[in-house]
Amino acid sequence: MSIADKVAVRLRVNGEDMAVMVLPYKTLLEVLREDLGLTGTKHGCELGECSTCGVLVDGKPYLSCLAMPLDLEGRDIVTVEGMARGSDPHPLQVAFAELGAAQCGYCTPAMLLTAMALLDRNPNPSRQAIKDALSGVLCRCTGYVKIFEAVELAASRGAAGG
Amino acid sequence: MADDLTIIGKSLTKPDAYAKVSGQTKFADDLAPPRMVYGRILRSPHPHARILSVDTSRARALPGVLAVITGDDLPVKFGILPVSQDEEALAREKVRYVGDPIAAVAATDEWIADEALELIEVQVKTLPAFMSIPDAIAGGNEPIHGQSNVHKAVALEFGDTEEAIQAAAYSREDLVFFEGNTHLPMEQHAAVAQYGADGKLTLWTSSQTPHYVHRALGKVLELPMSRIRVIATPNGGGFGGKSDIFSHELVAAKLAIVTGRPVKITLTREEVFYAHRGRHPVLMKVRTGFSKEGRITGMQFQSFLDGGGYGSYGVATTYYTGALQATTYAIPRYRFEGVRLFTNKPPCGPKRGHGTPQPRFALEIHLDKAAEALGLDPVEIRRRNLVRPDSRTVNWLRITSCGLDDCINKVVEGSRFLERRRAMPSGRGLGFAVSSYLTGAGTAIYWNDMPHSEVQLKLDRNGGVALLCGAIDIGQGSDHILAAIVAEVLGVELEDIQLTTADTDLTPIDLGSYSSRVTFMAGNAAKAAAESVRQRLLQSAAMALHCDPEDLVARGRRIFRRTRPEDGLSVAQAVQLVEAEQGVVTGTGSYTPPRLAGPYKGSGVGPSPAYSYSAAVVEVDCDPRTGEVRVPEVWIAHDIGRAINPVLVEGQVEGSVYMALGEALMEEQSFRLGLHKFPSLLEYKSPTALEAPVMHTYLVETIDREGPFGAKEAGQGPLLPVIPAVANAVYNALGVRIDEIPITPDKVLKALHDKGKRVGPKSVPAFGFPPLIKSDVPEEWRGK
Ligand code: FES
Ligand code: FES
Repeated sequence: MSIADKVAVRLRVNGEDMAVMVLPYKTLLEVLREDLGLTGTKHGCELGECSTCGVLVDGKPYLSCLAMPLDLEGRDIVTVEGMARGSDPHPLQVAFAELGAAQCGYCTPAMLLTAMALLDRNPNPSRQAIKDALSGVLCRCTGYVKIFEAVELAASRGAAGG
Repeated sequence: MADDLTIIGKSLTKPDAYAKVSGQTKFADDLAPPRMVYGRILRSPHPHARILSVDTSRARALPGVLAVITGDDLPVKFGILPVSQDEEALAREKVRYVGDPIAAVAATDEWIADEALELIEVQVKTLPAFMSIPDAIAGGNEPIHGQSNVHKAVALEFGDTEEAIQAAAYSREDLVFFEGNTHLPMEQHAAVAQYGADGKLTLWTSSQTPHYVHRALGKVLELPMSRIRVIATPNGGGFGGKSDIFSHELVAAKLAIVTGRPVKITLTREEVFYAHRGRHPVLMKVRTGFSKEGRITGMQFQSFLDGGGYGSYGVATTYYTGALQATTYAIPRYRFEGVRLFTNKPPCGPKRGHGTPQPRFALEIHLDKAAEALGLDPVEIRRRNLVRPDSRTVNWLRITSCGLDDCINKVVEGSRFLERRRAMPSGRGLGFAVSSYLTGAGTAIYWNDMPHSEVQLKLDRNGGVALLCGAIDIGQGSDHILAAIVAEVLGVELEDIQLTTADTDLTPIDLGSYSSRVTFMAGNAAKAAAESVRQRLLQSAAMALHCDPEDLVARGRRIFRRTRPEDGLSVAQAVQLVEAEQGVVTGTGSYTPPRLAGPYKGSGVGPSPAYSYSAAVVEVDCDPRTGEVRVPEVWIAHDIGRAINPVLVEGQVEGSVYMALGEALMEEQSFRLGLHKFPSLLEYKSPTALEAPVMHTYLVETIDREGPFGAKEAGQGPLLPVIPAVANAVYNALGVRIDEIPITPDKVLKALHDKGKRVGPKSVPAFGFPPLIKSDVPEEWRGK
């Protein structure tokens, strides 16, 4: 492989329109982390197997390790950095912090975004609906219990649309 | 005193929580110093081969490649244990497992680095591989290391076990196998190295043991440790998997020195499976004598460990498979024989419970079978053999606090185990087991007289506290423990504490986040440091308030008189008084565990200043047509000593239960034709949110007299009883014994069709253990 040329891509990330020069073979995960400095998005496999790299595209969970930025021009991308309003954390973030739902914190960005997409769709989800929604995101630390409880706590505080 | 606590015992939000939920926590792979380049490692595709030549010339010529190194660039051997210095950063003469590192590249981007790896030409002579315990024992061909595949063999006896078992009213022998599995932290290992123009090397690494990485870097790079700075980044999960010294850490450092550029190496998920150091596969034989009443008269335990290609922690693991049998049960006479074999697989090491989940699994199903034969219920046989608080086991382990009895009562009552187990609906079953675990190893890896944990504090004029400690948070909450203890003692709030952790240039030593030692040891050091500062604050405050320091209380950022709370000053004012008089207000504290080793060789593994205790009841739902086992509900009780933060302790307990269920039902690191069968997150099955059971968690507090505020551990112990409880529940549900982990559907179906209604090992290989080292037994066991 020779040193490749960069191409210009227009992305909308966390409500901000930007034009970025990226290597055309880089995934959205790599562009977010390496070119845009948004290292809140993590990775566990880069093969579409763990959802650690999950972001939201037009409000739906999306695996950034399998996505190519060029395909996402004009779409609305949200990362964990886009959850807070100014310095006020999103109610899901507060609930995760309070209940110890982030142990190592590595799966947390994707868990939070996936939960946010769920609450936007279903503001008062049942335990089973939470399990179903989060089932693709692996967590090795928590046993998931505190995560379910945090989503329920945030829902009870009216997190949807928050 | 307990009622006086304002921070300890409260479910407060931990100090690093908001950084984690906002994505601001910087993990190792998130770091990217200016001019950084990328390193990649070429790994062996052969399980066992002699390296004839490594030609890097074509790789070097590729544009964008800055350096290519081989084993000859890093010839000094290393290993985590002083007795096992058998690893090379890049293999020079031989490769010993698929994934063994051979060469490495630094390039301007990862794609170029990968391409360069393909241009490295390695000539090898492949050798027959040893892929199992019997293979390794049988030997023949060229051994993996030295003259034989036996890495370590031990044989200890405490009292005459043969006589005790022969004379017993009932005795039985069981053979059990525990397949290996791996930690699978969600964060892949990563390290970034930078070599400054001043000749100083800095390594940021996702490590549980920065102190040992520091030592190894000094040794392998042949640099004085004072020129090396190791900073552990918050670990995105560890579970023991980041507590060794890894090739990529040494290689990144070397590449940074060679190129003069910062170098990052992040392992791919597949490489993490090869880095491993996970659960040893262990084949076990346990033989025990019982009195008519079900009291244990003596026990013989044998373990065969499949160690993989290198030593790692294996010598310690070998001892651990025999160490903790007697911390739950009063065993009057005990024999342990263990052997660890080298095999051509990724090296095994410590995973949550380090060497003790395997024997615990064997022991707890063995006791269940004995109970049935003796006409006792599974709870009663344990109760009749329970170890007592403040006692010494026959293998000389000192027991202090022990809440096992309470733990048993909690889960048995909570699940209504005794009433329900005889009348479960079809396919349903309940299983029970107990366990105990260390609260930190009583002896350090490098034997010396220095403390195992140290903490330094510096108070500022506004009442803020800088807390420095070598401990690293791996998700277990160690940052909170340190901050909470110091805040409690000094009477300030959690947010007044500023933490600097795990930076070998700045922080005093903590040996690492392994063996469940941090709360107890670093916690005690933090408490001692805070108490030394507090004493000076109270003295100055007492002078200002014209009272006795003994009358003063520090709480809510104030120091005031117990009897007249309005009479007081702020902590900040007290700091200013001390500073005016004595200069910078600092304090240090250290913790060294008491000397606990028994009077025999090998007694260094097993002693701990305190043991935690757990009991579990697991409910299973089995489908006899498919062999599938589901776990709808778990009851778990854990003797934590004292919960410094209950919500964090619960999290550790729940995470342990989760990990145990993965090991019990699906996780396995196994091999075919020398290759890992499942080196990806898709193929290596682990439980998802859908498999999460309802968990009932009970925290039992025994207030250990040596723990900080009475605390013990929670990170590892609660995993232990769950695995055997699953196996015992499957027996209760289906009447089949799966004496082998994981309990996969194929095994359940096989057992249902088996005449003996069992799946498990049928024999252990013939092996000549060394002559028994016969140890004296402690006073209380003499003549029993
Ligand atoms: S990193 Fe695992 S799915 Fe994207
Ligand atoms: S909190 Fe560590 S992986 Fe989920």
